[in-house]
Amino acid sequence: MTTTSLRLRAGLVSIVLLAAFLGIWHLATRSTASVATMSPEYAKLMGLTATQGKSAMPGPLDVGAKLWEHLKRPFYDNGPNDKGLGIQLAYSIARVGTGYLLAVLVAIPLGFLIGMSPLLSKALDPFIQVLKPISPLAWMPLALYTIKDSSISAIFVIFICSIWPMLLNTVFGVASVRKEWINVARTLEVGTVRRAFTVILPAAAPTILTGMRISIGIAWLVIVAAEMLVGGTGIGYFVWNEWNNLSITNVIIAILLIGIVGMLLDQILARFTRMVTFPE
Amino acid sequence: MSTFDNPFDPDRNLRAGCVCGQHQSAAEHEQATALRCDPVESEEKRYEGVVASAVMRAMFPQDVARRAFLKSVGASTALAALSQFFPLKTATEVFAQGGAPEKKDLKVGFIPITCATPIIMAAPMGFYAKHGLNVEVVKTAGWAVIRDKTINKEYDAAHMLAPMPIAISLGLGANAIPFAVPAIENINGQGIVLAAKHKDKRDPKDWKGMKFAIPFDYSMHNYLLRYYLAEHGLDPDTDVQLRSVPPPEMVANLRADNIDGFLAPDNICQRAIYDGVGFMHLLSKEIWDGHPCCSFAASKEFITTAPNSFAALTRAIVDATAYASKAENRKQIAEAIAPANYINAPVTVLEQVLTGTYADGLGGVKTDAKRVDFDPFPWQSFAVWMLTQMKRWGQIKGDVDYKAVAEQVYLATDTKKLMTEMGLSPPATAYKSFAVMGKTFDPAKPEDYVASFKIRKAS
Repeated sequence: MTTTSLRLRAGLVSIVLLAAFLGIWHLATRSTASVATMSPEYAKLMGLTATQGKSAMPGPLDVGAKLWEHLKRPFYDNGPNDKGLGIQLAYSIARVGTGYLLAVLVAIPLGFLIGMSPLLSKALDPFIQVLKPISPLAWMPLALYTIKDSSISAIFVIFICSIWPMLLNTVFGVASVRKEWINVARTLEVGTVRRAFTVILPAAAPTILTGMRISIGIAWLVIVAAEMLVGGTGIGYFVWNEWNNLSITNVIIAILLIGIVGMLLDQILARFTRMVTFPE
Repeated sequence: MSTFDNPFDPDRNLRAGCVCGQHQSAAEHEQATALRCDPVESEEKRYEGVVASAVMRAMFPQDVARRAFLKSVGASTALAALSQFFPLKTATEVFAQGGAPEKKDLKVGFIPITCATPIIMAAPMGFYAKHGLNVEVVKTAGWAVIRDKTINKEYDAAHMLAPMPIAISLGLGANAIPFAVPAIENINGQGIVLAAKHKDKRDPKDWKGMKFAIPFDYSMHNYLLRYYLAEHGLDPDTDVQLRSVPPPEMVANLRADNIDGFLAPDNICQRAIYDGVGFMHLLSKEIWDGHPCCSFAASKEFITTAPNSFAALTRAIVDATAYASKAENRKQIAEAIAPANYINAPVTVLEQVLTGTYADGLGGVKTDAKRVDFDPFPWQSFAVWMLTQMKRWGQIKGDVDYKAVAEQVYLATDTKKLMTEMGLSPPATAYKSFAVMGKTFDPAKPEDYVASFKIRKAS
């Protein structure tokens, strides 16, 4: 069995599954509910769910049509509370990017230090263990209260949630570099700094990048929730705004887009990881 | 007599008279008590009148002399003569603008419900621009967030539930930070909606054990629902469950059968009917006609650091409120505030709320033009009433200086001055008595009022 034919068959199964899913969805949301008779005057004041028995859940066709509408003009700007999906996604990605980069800048050097020093590693361990399992959104009220700025608070929440996997993976990666390699470097009288960059960093890189990959996934999960909370801009705000209008169609579209962007971010880091992986 | 009448009317007494100026005497004013503040003619006309009165007063300090002059030459001649050597037009323009705002670009937060109508519509309909401001109205996720963002100065001013500024100033559920209310947004405009399956349970006595949603603990919605239930013999703390739910989630929760009903701000009530999940049991107007609902609030700090901006902002809001109070403008407003940038709701729903002709969810079409109404005057007696309810339900423990708090937070005096300058007719006093479900409230005796309720939280 060659890999191409496996891939082909997997693709086929994917398509069949998707078609089945869409079909069931379509059938499940057809208007079936019985409609009470009402005067035309009254009916004019009521929504489609009440007058035509239209399902409150939109079907795949409604979602498709709406999605097309959004894709046609992704960058419109109708004022501070109504912007195109492209702009909203850009806001979210920018927030995630800022918080995440700050976390990288802190976590990797810190992780290096901790990983190279068994003393620090032991001393800081209890703090890290307590801070790590805290839901990032639990930080939100505290952040809002102390930072007094909602957009910086959102970035802070991203920072705090993405720092732990990176930190722990860096510590682990640095601490578990094979002793022989370090000993060889020592024998050759390589300085500490040089040893860190030329021996430990390349050796720990795959583990560090795995941590970064986990972090970006978490950061993207959290930003949506954070934006729903603070509002203003971003894809999370878009979900909230459409939820406000009970527009499930738009919420589904947002869910789809959040999934796609999350997948892209993950793939980018997966590629980086592959670049630094080495055979032993 | 007010500053808005014709200053060239010889019979006019420019000094005494009633506060609103529309009546010959204070007694007559009391009789006609115009609680509404219908705008008088056009804005410019109003300002012109105010300025001309001032000029006439300056020229003829004695009423007798002025009357004689006006009688002998006639009003139009007097106006012409006056305009010749005094630039009335320029003076009017200068007056209308007030002092230059310290800060022109302002951010005002709002919650997407029809209560925020004046705050929202002032942006697309140009009321902020007219008063020299560049205001960005920002939609916000919930009451706690709007509170925090206003306290954090991300917003210069905001749409808040009428009791919130009192609660914030007292430090209930937040750090005590002095806030003030220069204007009430809307009066009435709430309703009790029940799930469609409770069609036959119209008597509140049958509601024992039901679950109700309210938008926030410090809300008129909470106090009115508790009041209504208590009047029907149910203790809201033990006989039913009250849940704080953000308004947009109320309809979804009602559909999902998580709650049996809610007392919510409008368009949420109408939205539940529009989507066929509930029916209107009662408009809040039937509990207390003319009750305040939401307010326009700012921190005392903003008011003292940028008094001119604050005054311009208040003027814009009062102006928009006056415009919204007219029935003939309501359809146009519904269209202006419906887009995704503002309330984000179907126009039909907003129209039903604002025009008062609505589907009740039981197959009937009802009309009540005052379903929601707009009146900016921040009655201090409203604040006293809210404080009595906070006391009644245990939100405030210990003694309260009702009057002092009400006067600190509800800026009736300043608003009265501002409204007078704008040529509107504010009421004479800041306290008025009103009846809630037939029971009269005397703002002078708040303690007695609290004590008079059988059902309340023991303190």
